[in-house]
Amino acid sequence: MDQEQLILQFQKKDVKAYEKLYNLYCDSISGVVNNIVKNDDVAQEITQDVFIKAWNNAESYSAQKGRFFTWILNIARNSAIDYTRSKKFKQSKQNLNADFFVDILETSSSLDSTTNTIGLTDFVTKLGDTCKAVIELLYFKGFTQKEASEELNMPIGTIKTRNRTCIGELRVMLGV
Amino acid sequence: MDTREYIASGILELYVAGSLSEKENVEIHAAIQENPELLVEVKSIENAILQLTAAAKKDTAYSFNDIKTQLTVKETKVISITKPKTNWLQYSGWAATFLIGSVLMYTLSQNNQLQEQVATEKQQLEEQIDKAATNLADAEKLIDIFRDKDIISVALAGQQVSPTSYAKVYWDKKANSIYLDAKGLPDPPKGKVYQVWSLKLTPLTPTSLGTLDTFTADANKIFTITNANQSEAFGITLEPAGGSLSPNLEQLYTLGAVAS
Repeated sequence: MDQEQLILQFQKKDVKAYEKLYNLYCDSISGVVNNIVKNDDVAQEITQDVFIKAWNNAESYSAQKGRFFTWILNIARNSAIDYTRSKKFKQSKQNLNADFFVDILETSSSLDSTTNTIGLTDFVTKLGDTCKAVIELLYFKGFTQKEASEELNMPIGTIKTRNRTCIGELRVMLGV
Repeated sequence: MDTREYIASGILELYVAGSLSEKENVEIHAAIQENPELLVEVKSIENAILQLTAAAKKDTAYSFNDIKTQLTVKETKVISITKPKTNWLQYSGWAATFLIGSVLMYTLSQNNQLQEQVATEKQQLEEQIDKAATNLADAEKLIDIFRDKDIISVALAGQQVSPTSYAKVYWDKKANSIYLDAKGLPDPPKGKVYQVWSLKLTPLTPTSLGTLDTFTADANKIFTITNANQSEAFGITLEPAGGSLSPNLEQLYTLGAVAS
């Protein structure tokens, strides 16, 4: 069954189809959440909430609005950001030192699990600061092109082309 | 814009990131539908982002089973959501029934009360009619007596003690009875009573016909008294309660002789 079929089945509340989608995306979603909340236990909890929310709002997804992955990525970023605005998060914030996904990658104990992640670590440490920042804002934080251009004090067109270059390097390294 | 230029613009990377407007998303979706090359590119970008973001997660093992139970729980909850609605309808139904019932009970009790009132009034009216009919019968009976040619009428005039007093006797000789109209007499003082006498004149012989014990209470002051005497006159005296054997002539109120 291809991805489009899986998504249609999911929208008809097919639990088996949803399990396949979950297995495809749960690691990415938890990575994005973890990068925002910077707490493993909290990240796990929020990730579960994200997939329950997606299930309960299945009918609101439409391919017209974008990729399924992008849709669920949005839910994840919003849920994680909501959490960072809570009292609970503000109390535990003092001990945080990792600000970017790069720092998480460097300190992650999962780095040894696959050759890809080892390569990834090597790759991201070699990335220029601009690439690190652009990827961080666009993919992990959900900034719009305009918001990213304001944050990095860069022309809006430059964000688009610079991001294309950065992702291009990543794809070469991953072979995709 | 040809396919290569479109890809090189970097818009597809932003599309996957979700950084574009709704309008741009719709346009790109349409372009992808027309051009399979664009879909391949998008999937490739998505794959790279998937791997990159997944690398940022911690070592925790994720299992679909953790959320699976919550997905089914949610489904059964959907059914239960409709229940309060039914209850609400039921409650308002009962409330309306109670209200209508109360109004009905109130109306019924009002109706009963009115019916009782009407019944009482009707009874009172019937009693009045009955009383009036009786009074009329009495009056008609009196008129018959007065008109009877065989009845002798005797006027009793007021005497020295009470000059303004008067009375009338209607004597029915066949029936041996008199009808005394004592309307013209004042109420007797307490402890005293009027006594009626039949008189023979030569020599003067009074015969008591009895006392008018019910004088004050009697409304029309007409008394029927038995009289078998060959009376020549009738007199009324005021006597101590219980009456006297012979009349106290000093307290003679009225006196009248039978016309011969």
